[in-house]
Amino acid sequence: MASTSSFDVAVITFPGSNCDADLRHAVDLVDGLSARAVWHKETDLGAPDAVLLPGGFSYGDYLRCGAIARFSPVMEEVIAFAGGGGPVLGICNGFQILTEAGLLPGALLANRDLKFLCQSVTLEVEGRETPFSRGLAGAKPLTMPIAHMDGNWYADDETAARVEGEGQIIFRYQGGSPNGARMDVAGLSNAAGNVVGMMPHPERACEDALGGADGLGLFQSLAGFLQSR
Amino acid sequence: MRARVYVTLKDGVLDPAGVATAGGLKSLGFGEVAGVRLGKFIEVDLDESADGFSPESARTRLTEMCEKLLANTVIEKYRIELEG
Repeated sequence: MASTSSFDVAVITFPGSNCDADLRHAVDLVDGLSARAVWHKETDLGAPDAVLLPGGFSYGDYLRCGAIARFSPVMEEVIAFAGGGGPVLGICNGFQILTEAGLLPGALLANRDLKFLCQSVTLEVEGRETPFSRGLAGAKPLTMPIAHMDGNWYADDETAARVEGEGQIIFRYQGGSPNGARMDVAGLSNAAGNVVGMMPHPERACEDALGGADGLGLFQSLAGFLQSR
Repeated sequence: MRARVYVTLKDGVLDPAGVATAGGLKSLGFGEVAGVRLGKFIEVDLDESADGFSPESARTRLTEMCEKLLANTVIEKYRIELEG
């Protein structure tokens, strides 16, 4: 991979995505990364270096959050890309889509108190190394916003124990989960570590003018990971 | 042919909307309410003239629909009723 050219980061837009432009903006803030918008109807993803699924309300959250987007034409390519070890990050609705697609364990239930939560949270970074958390685990906690109705991560006892044992919990809410998520999970990875999903929005915390830039670390981590390959 | 599909959260998965509804019923004086589970009721109309359709295959096809889309079996269970 040439170090002089930018890495190609595909950002998928589903009908109802509303964080896709912010996410592309955040990616483009990082040296070495270049965001590319991909419409969900595409059957050819091109040859991206990473794939990001943004937040929003794909298909109006009909049936279940992410349930219908999971069958968008582009998802076959995303699933193949993930299966080949490519880095994939799903944020908020993107996280829900990845669990519905079976790329991440568990599911996202309605928030425990049945309220839409829109607030700042602080995250402990831990667990195995992923393309999106290089050098972040055990370092300073990250502050960024959440904005969701269904962020209450759930898995059965066996899955929960396995996920924790394998170091797949990457982000945990400091001071307890605001939404009821099991083990305070805010974000986790698949067993291989290349697919990560999280409810908080790093793309909304990438500039000091917006109240903080802690989210930028995830995208810088991706750039570093791609350069190191 | 019409199929009815009932989707609810599995036992053991907290259903906060069900808990809130149960609380509402109790506060209305329905003290016998021990619990409420909320779910989804889905009607699926099947075209009996479709290729390969048979009443026998309908249940198998509905089960596939539930497994693939209508329910998320990580958190939900489903029940299928066929009319007629």
